[in-house]
Amino acid sequence: MTGLTANVAARRGAFTLDVDLHAPSARTLAVLGPNGAGKSTLLDVLVGRLRPERGEVRVGDRVLSDAAERIHVPPERRRVGLLSQAPSLFPHLSAQENVAFAPRAGGASRIGAREEAVRLLDAVGLRGLEGRRPARLSGGQQQRVALARALAARPDVLLLDEPFSALDVSTAADMRMLTAETLERTGTTAVVVTHDVVDALSLGHSCVVLDAGRVVDGGDLASVLGMPRSPFVAALAGMNLLAGAAAGDGVVHTDDGRVLRGHEIGVLRPGDRAFAAFPPAAVRLEHTGVVGSAPSARVTHLAAMVEGWELGTAGIRVRFRDGLLADVPPAEFASLRLRRGDRVRLVVPPEAVSVYAAGEPVCGADETSATVHDVGRGRLR
Amino acid sequence: MSAPRWLIAPAALGLALVVLPLVALIVRLDWTSVPAAIASPEALSALTLSLVTAAAATGVCVVLGVPLALLIARAESRLAGVLRAVVTLPLVLPPLVGGIALLFLLGRTGLVGASLDAVGIRIPFTTGAVVIAQSFVALPFLVIAVEGAFRTAGVRYEQVAATLGASRWTTFRRVTLPLVAPSLVAGIVLCFARALGEFGATALFAGNQEGVTRTMPLAIYTAFNGGGIGQSTAIALSLLLVAVAILVLLAMRSWREDVAL
Repeated sequence: MTGLTANVAARRGAFTLDVDLHAPSARTLAVLGPNGAGKSTLLDVLVGRLRPERGEVRVGDRVLSDAAERIHVPPERRRVGLLSQAPSLFPHLSAQENVAFAPRAGGASRIGAREEAVRLLDAVGLRGLEGRRPARLSGGQQQRVALARALAARPDVLLLDEPFSALDVSTAADMRMLTAETLERTGTTAVVVTHDVVDALSLGHSCVVLDAGRVVDGGDLASVLGMPRSPFVAALAGMNLLAGAAAGDGVVHTDDGRVLRGHEIGVLRPGDRAFAAFPPAAVRLEHTGVVGSAPSARVTHLAAMVEGWELGTAGIRVRFRDGLLADVPPAEFASLRLRRGDRVRLVVPPEAVSVYAAGEPVCGADETSATVHDVGRGRLR
Repeated sequence: MSAPRWLIAPAALGLALVVLPLVALIVRLDWTSVPAAIASPEALSALTLSLVTAAAATGVCVVLGVPLALLIARAESRLAGVLRAVVTLPLVLPPLVGGIALLFLLGRTGLVGASLDAVGIRIPFTTGAVVIAQSFVALPFLVIAVEGAFRTAGVRYEQVAATLGASRWTTFRRVTLPLVAPSLVAGIVLCFARALGEFGATALFAGNQEGVTRTMPLAIYTAFNGGGIGQSTAIALSLLLVAVAILVLLAMRSWREDVAL
C-alpha cells in the first residue's frame, strides 16, 4: 500500500498549518480551500521544501518527514511528484527530453528513457511533437508534457497544484479529463489542491476542505458539497447556507433571526447547532407588499434586499445584501422589474432545504462556530 | 520611437574614439614588413604563449568562477552584495596594483610565497605566474556575466528537477548550467579577451622573459620601446592581436546564436 498520510503542523511566518489527512492508495484526494487557506504551505510540506514542526508524513510505511525523529527526506529522494499551474518545462530541452529527464536521472539508459518518453507522450496525445522545444508548444500541450514528465518519474504520490487554472476553459476541460483518465489508468495516488470544484469532481475520490491552516470538513464529495459547512464550500457547491439552531421538525431559527423550514438529514435534536442549505434555483421571488402565498408548513419566506444581478448558468442570478442568492428565469425576472435596493421575499419550498447538524466528524465545535458566524453575516467569496 | 536628434553628435564622437585609433594604427603600418614581423620566431612564440596562457586562465576562471557565481546568486541579498563588490575589485583596480599585490602574496617573501619557497615552489616570473595574473584580472568578467544569469534563471527549474528525483549534481549539470549557457559563453569570451590583453599585472608579477612570460602585450611593449625588433613590428603585432580579438568576438556571436534557446 502506498497511500499518503500526513498528520503534521508547520509554520511559515505567522501562518500555521495543522492538518491530518490521508490519500488512499491509487486514489485522488482533493484539497479544497480559499486563497490563503494553507494549500501551498501544505504542498511545500508534502514535497519536502518545508520542514514540519510536529507530526509526520508517510507514504505507505516509508517515512518522509518525522519531526520527533528529526527525519526529513529531501525533495529529490521523496518520490513525490508535482504538477503545478505553470508547466515549467525545461526550456533548453525538447518535449521528449523533458519527459526522459526523470528516467535518465534515475539511471535509465538513454534508449530506455527515450522509449519511455515516446510512450508517455503518445499517451497524452502528443505523438509527432516529441522534438519540439517548449517555446513551440501551446499552453495546453506544455501542460500535457508536464503531466507526462511528472508520471515518467513514477512517483509514489503525485501532487497537483491548481493544475488547470492557467489554461483556457476548453483546454482545461480536455486536460482535466486526460489527467483523470491517466491517474486512473496508472493507479497513481494523488493529491489535487484546488479552489475549482470541477477539478475536485473530475479527479477527486474524496476531499478535505482547508481553511486558515486547518481541515474544516472532509469526506466523500457528494456529502461535503451536499451539506456545506463553510461559506467557502457553500460557494463551491453553489448553495445558500444559513446557520442557526434546530427547533425540531426540520425548522431552523437562524442566527440572524429568520425561520427556515426544511427536511432534516441525520439526527438533530431541538437546540442543536444546525445548518440549512438550499440551491438558488429553488428560490422564487416576490415583491414585499404583493399578496402571495402565506408562510406555512409548505413554504418559507425570507426577507432580503436586492444587491445586484448577473447572467447565471440557471437564468438570472440575483444577489442579496445578506449574501443569499436566487436563480430566476429571465422572463420571471423581467416581470419582477427589480431595482437595486428593492425589498423582496424569497419563497423557499421545504423540500429544497437540507437541514443538518453543524457538529461534524472532522472539526471541533470552536472552528465551526467561528465559521457559522461568517455565514450569518454573509457569504464569503 | 527614435532617439533625440541631438544625441547623434556625442554618439558619433564616441564611435570615432573607438575606431579612429585603430585606423591610425593601420594607416601607419608598413605592410611590406608585416609578413616578416608576424612570422618572426619572437612573434610566434609570444602569440603561442598568449593563446596558451589566456586559454589556461579562462579554464581557471570557469572552474572557480562558475561555482562562485552560483554561490553569490543564491546568497541572501546583503551577503551577495558584499561578495559581488569583492569579486569585482580586480575590475576597478589598476592591473599594476594587482601585480604588486600578487607579488606580496606569492613572491619569495610573500604571505604565502614564503612557505611555498620553503618547499621549493617559486611562482613569480614563471608561465604559471602569467596564468595567475591573467586569471586575477579576468575572473570578474566571468563571474558577473554568469551570476546575473543564475539569478535570473532562479530556482524554479531546479525545484522541478528535484520533484523529478534528480540529485543536486544532476540538476546542476543538466538544468542549472544549460540554462545559463548563453551567458556562460559570453563570460568565457570576455574572460579570454581580457586575459589575452593583460599587461600590467603580468609585467610586475611574471616579468618579461621571452618564451616564458613574454605574451603578446609584453612583446608589443618591448618592440615599441625599441627592444630588438622595432616599432613597425610592434604595430604589426598589435594588428595581429586586434585580429585575434575580432575573431574571438565573431566566434562569440555565432556560438551564442547556437546556444540561444
